[in-house]
Amino acid sequence: MIEVDQLSKSYGPREAIRNLSFQIKKGEVIGFLGPNGAGKTTTMNILACIMPASSGTARICGLDVFEQSLEIRKLIGYLPETPPLYSDMVISDYLAFAARIRNVPKTHTALAVDRVVEKCSLTEVRNRIVGRLSKGFQQRVGIAQALIHDPDILILDEPTIGLDPIQIIEIRKLIQELAASHTIILSSHILPEITQICKRVIILNDGEIAAVDSLEALTARLRKGDRLFLRVRQADVGTIDKLNALSRVVAVTQQEDEQFVIECEPHANIQDAVAKLALDQGWGIVELTPASVTLEDIFLKLTLEENEVNL
Amino acid sequence: MKNTWIVAKRDLGSFFSSPVFYVVTTVFLILYGFIFSNILSFFSLQSFQSQQFRGMAAGLNLNEMVIEPSFHNTAVILLLIIPLITMRSFAEERRAKTFPLLLSSPVHLREIILGKFLACMTVVGVMILLSAYSTGYLMLVGQPEAGPILTGYLGMLLMSGCYVSMGLFASSLTDNQIIAAVISFGLALFMWIIGWGAQAAGPGLGQVLEYLSLITHLEHFLKGLMDTSDLIYYFSFILFGLFLTYRVLESSRWR
Repeated sequence: MIEVDQLSKSYGPREAIRNLSFQIKKGEVIGFLGPNGAGKTTTMNILACIMPASSGTARICGLDVFEQSLEIRKLIGYLPETPPLYSDMVISDYLAFAARIRNVPKTHTALAVDRVVEKCSLTEVRNRIVGRLSKGFQQRVGIAQALIHDPDILILDEPTIGLDPIQIIEIRKLIQELAASHTIILSSHILPEITQICKRVIILNDGEIAAVDSLEALTARLRKGDRLFLRVRQADVGTIDKLNALSRVVAVTQQEDEQFVIECEPHANIQDAVAKLALDQGWGIVELTPASVTLEDIFLKLTLEENEVNL
Repeated sequence: MKNTWIVAKRDLGSFFSSPVFYVVTTVFLILYGFIFSNILSFFSLQSFQSQQFRGMAAGLNLNEMVIEPSFHNTAVILLLIIPLITMRSFAEERRAKTFPLLLSSPVHLREIILGKFLACMTVVGVMILLSAYSTGYLMLVGQPEAGPILTGYLGMLLMSGCYVSMGLFASSLTDNQIIAAVISFGLALFMWIIGWGAQAAGPGLGQVLEYLSLITHLEHFLKGLMDTSDLIYYFSFILFGLFLTYRVLESSRWR
């Protein structure tokens, strides 16, 4: 349903996202996970046709976001990071405006408003002015305006940001209800939120995709252990076997002639053993570094944020 | 076209529910009323005097001596006041982060701009309409010529259109309403007085500057003259302002 290929976007010299490629199937609920500034909003803005990409293509239902953006906009409902609310309008008027601007026929407008008001539990506040509502209600009005034209695809950018824990739970529940009938793209920098709602996660870090997988697979991958990267001046045929023979080593893969990735048990600290072996064998160490498991770093950043929320 | 109207209607709603519109309109009407009553009482003083000295009455003309100058003054007040109406158009959408709603809707950018233009023009139209009690009163008590009055209002609307299109352009440049107002006021005033450079600039350039000036063209309308060249000037001025607005907004999506 959504195909993104080699998508890049730069703001002047700064690259916000680099060569993103991923696919989203119909009915899927997918989470964009990543620390602040990872490129989540940029990607969503491109998918919502707010801004064009610098290069690469994104297609939604076979339509190109740049060439056929007007068609796509009918298919998606978008909630930006700050809900786009006109603070001087009454909620029902605001939703009616959102319906009309999203091509809902005039005769259906009242019905559409009633539907989203009920769905987002806004009945008691529907005659109040948007600007006087609490943040939680404003966020719900934001979701309501994204739903007003009954789109197939929902793009929700940080739908729970700035809410108190009870409001967060309510919004999550709402999104879970919506998940039954919509394709949803959701972004967050809060890990548990994603775990509760999404089946599949795209982890973004520094404008690049760090991983695309189901959450179970991702956590399993993380638990597997640490990795070391070793480069030597001269390796022989037996190098792999000798490295394998070290205690606590799980697997060794040879990347090029003189480059090896050693996977070991968690917290094994086998750098010393590897170095000693290399010296004894006279391979000549060029490089011995912990292989960059960026995923772990990202998770670390995310879980820190999560603690903040749970307080 | 339908989308344009939807955008315009929302903007109008927010105009009429905000105190800005009422304050601006009140100030406009008070200033206009003061100026109009002054012009009128000066005229009645003159006509009173001319009754005493027969023969002078021939030079007295309601159109030339009351309506034309009051139109002139309206144009000046509008110059000061329209930037206050246009300033929020795009600046406020950006500041309140509501623009993504319009941008992610199946609406073309030019429909959004036209809608905003239409909304501002309606507000200005309402203001001019409210001030029309003056000419209505003159029609009631005297016999002014209707032609120059109608062309005068048309010219006034067209010139307001130019102010509005410059105002929208200024508003598209920034997310600060004050900056938008100051820029559009500066632009409008500059286009008003650009003709002043005509005498110093020599014959060739002078004519160009004279043609570019907003006021030169208004004068023809106030005299009851409807020239295609003036119409073309105003329409192309408005379109150019809207075109610049379009370019600014379009390019800001790429950044």
